[in-house]
Amino acid sequence: MAKLNLVEAINLGLKQEMKRDKNVIILGEDVGKDGGVFRVTDGLQKIFGEKRVFDTPLCESGIVGTSIGMAVYGLRPVCEIQFEGFIMPAFDQIITHLARIRNRSRGRFNVPLVIRCPHGGGIRALEHHSDCPEVLFSHIPGLKVVIPSTPYDAKGLLASAIMDEDPVIFFEPKKIYRSIKEEVPEKEYTIPIGKAKILQKGNDITIISYGAIIHKVKEACDKINDISCEIIDLRTLSPLDEETIIESVKKTGRVLIVHEAPKMFGVGAEISALINENVLTSLEAPIERVTGFDVVVPLPKLEDYHIPSIGRIINGIKKVINFS
Amino acid sequence: MFKNLKKFEVNRLEILGLKGNYDKKLMPKLSNKDIKKLYEAMILTRIFDRKALNLQRQGRLGTYASMDGQEASIIGSAYALKKEDWLFPSFRENGALILRGQPMNELFMYWGGDERGMNIPKNVNNFPISIPVGTQILHAVGVAMAAKIKKHKICSLVYFGDGATSEGDFHEGLNMAGVYKAPVVFICQNNQWAISVPREKQTASETLAQKAIAYGFNGIQVDGNDILAVYKATKDALDNARKGKGPTLIECHTYRINDHTTSDDAKKYRDVKEVEEWKKKDPIVKLWNFMKKKKLWTRKYETKLIAKLTKNVEDAVKKAESMPKPKVDDMFKFVYKNMTERQKKELSEING
Repeated sequence: MAKLNLVEAINLGLKQEMKRDKNVIILGEDVGKDGGVFRVTDGLQKIFGEKRVFDTPLCESGIVGTSIGMAVYGLRPVCEIQFEGFIMPAFDQIITHLARIRNRSRGRFNVPLVIRCPHGGGIRALEHHSDCPEVLFSHIPGLKVVIPSTPYDAKGLLASAIMDEDPVIFFEPKKIYRSIKEEVPEKEYTIPIGKAKILQKGNDITIISYGAIIHKVKEACDKINDISCEIIDLRTLSPLDEETIIESVKKTGRVLIVHEAPKMFGVGAEISALINENVLTSLEAPIERVTGFDVVVPLPKLEDYHIPSIGRIINGIKKVINFS
Repeated sequence: MFKNLKKFEVNRLEILGLKGNYDKKLMPKLSNKDIKKLYEAMILTRIFDRKALNLQRQGRLGTYASMDGQEASIIGSAYALKKEDWLFPSFRENGALILRGQPMNELFMYWGGDERGMNIPKNVNNFPISIPVGTQILHAVGVAMAAKIKKHKICSLVYFGDGATSEGDFHEGLNMAGVYKAPVVFICQNNQWAISVPREKQTASETLAQKAIAYGFNGIQVDGNDILAVYKATKDALDNARKGKGPTLIECHTYRINDHTTSDDAKKYRDVKEVEEWKKKDPIVKLWNFMKKKKLWTRKYETKLIAKLTKNVEDAVKKAESMPKPKVDDMFKFVYKNMTERQKKELSEING
């Protein structure tokens, strides 16, 4: 078993899926010879040729719109949107059609399309290169939204996304593209979409998070030895694994939700409401959220204040634990 | 120094005159039987359309977009397709959908607000009606790209209006079709009005056909009320696409005789005289004159035809209206392949 980073794991996953199913194709801006600006598709055009891995003109709506047609016709396109800030021109196609074609056609047509897209901040980038737009898509019935936080999960979730009969928005936390390595099996495996992972078992507090920030959550928990933290990595935002959340809250009675995206109408709000609706009486403290602020994502000079720090996460944990 | 790099020309195709006269050199290969089929499909389109408008006024259908005046553009183009080709409609092409095998009763259901009406039969390669203007263009290009990748000799054809040529997806779609030489035919039904905005305010281009030039392929304007011209242009475009020569943009120069939809009142923004002028160029009358000249038409034929088609439309309405209301779980069933746990819970809340 080789130690791979996120980029290498996704690249291996794409390669294996393309070998398994000749209908899998890759398209996007600079995905061919260049292998993508983050090199996620590096070398794939050389192996599979220009018919299966090809560059597109600069047109995000066009990329998604034509991928819809190709998927309906029987291909399994995996299209790349270069940065999450550039997904907006495709937003119309995603919301207006991608999410609705199965329903509109009463199941006659379905769109097995995966849109891969980098996610989040922390890489000292330009404007529009550090956003967290996941709730915009999680709000839409008909879409699935996945966001892995480890190389192992990324490969398994990607395989599931490509095999899925419904469209999947596959966010890749770019902050950890190359910063984490772990053992990733060569053999093919899948991780089910819609299943959260209990990253760490604990009894005092449930911390729910996803994406790159979960590594800070883990670090924060490691720093406080006297509190037993249960960490849930959602991995999929839609459909949400409600059961794992509810079962954990029943056990701990205390909840902290951590995400990099702004707080307003965010994943934390949804989960908080979910807990209220299902296990309110299990709660021993108000649910706390530590999130990105409700501001336009700042440029690098102020970025570190915006993305939840380990300190803010620790304070959040203490606030929930100390409530009585 | 200025060096001329390229000269462009834009052509218009006309075959039929108003009095049944026609250009013999340009006459497409169509048997007498074909001509009759084209005529019958246009008549059916109009009967369907009038029935739908009536039903809407009686509150038996929802908002409806009339095809009146555009029958030649709709039928002439769809008739050139092979069964295995794919058709992507906007919302003003019921006639083409019916011609390709979509049941009329289902279309009445759809316009009556019953989604089961868009359950297109498996052997009919029609895509569902697409409401947001121009967005379906990309899907047609995608299907054409996929057919090319899979080495299938299949083409796609997509309808949109003059207003759609201002949308970004039109330009992205044509650009990608040009880059990949996708076997797709773009049918722009230029009916002169995008709701209340006239064609002149939509673009400074003299023709819509010329927009193809910028994307590296042919664009042609046809008399959209001349079904023989529409058929020929579409057939030629499909033949070229099948031979690997890439896409074509066809601008069908026609006119929307009715309001934009039943929710619109065109009298507010356009001159009735303009409508009257266009009524003189009725596409059905044009072919009718041709058929009379060719001795393909008799009064008896017409009477029998109208009786038969009217009955078919009436039967379809009866069938549509006798359908029991859809069950409430219908709105949950097709969002995903499998219902999510939350959807199951929501459904059980409704069902009590």
